[in-house]
Amino acid sequence: MGNSVDIIFKIAGVGILVAVLNSILKAAGKEEQGHLVTLAGLAIVFIWVVQLLASLFDQVKSVFKLF
Amino acid sequence: MEVMQIVAFGLIATVLIVVVKSQRPELGVLLSVAAGVILFLLVLDKIGSIMDVIKELTDRAGISMIYLGTILKIIGIAYIAEFGAQICRDAGEGAVATKIEFAAKIMIMVLAVPIVVAVLQLLLMLVP
Repeated sequence: MGNSVDIIFKIAGVGILVAVLNSILKAAGKEEQGHLVTLAGLAIVFIWVVQLLASLFDQVKSVFKLF
Repeated sequence: MEVMQIVAFGLIATVLIVVVKSQRPELGVLLSVAAGVILFLLVLDKIGSIMDVIKELTDRAGISMIYLGTILKIIGIAYIAEFGAQICRDAGEGAVATKIEFAAKIMIMVLAVPIVVAVLQLLLMLVP
């Protein structure tokens, strides 16, 4: 349970951090780097979510005998 | 009281999704995917124990395991497809969601064909 709540907070943290960094970079006139920061955050979160989805599919497969 | 945990988890996830979505919509979608997966994983163990009971009852009633297996597979496909389609619809992609549901219906049809054939063969045996 604690582990699963952790990942939600991690994702929300990355989201807020990316938003703040984006607005700072935009204010400093570095729009391209802002886009890169957004992309990096998206990739990191995507890796976590894909691992989570893989574990969900594995468990559903074993419970419902889908092979 | 596991219900309290689940409800609290859902509320926390909702607040975080609302906060993140206003700034970064794409991360909001991923956050809601993660929340959905975790909520389902929390109840999947319980579903497994219910399935064990149903299997034991089927054994005791002397019904062939082929039919129960097919029904379980259909339930699994329906759940996974519904999960994916709801996430797509939440993100505003209704077209993709409809196609996922269509594909799942085809898969379920493929699984159900042997049962339909068995029923038809039984009927043919009854008709002289």
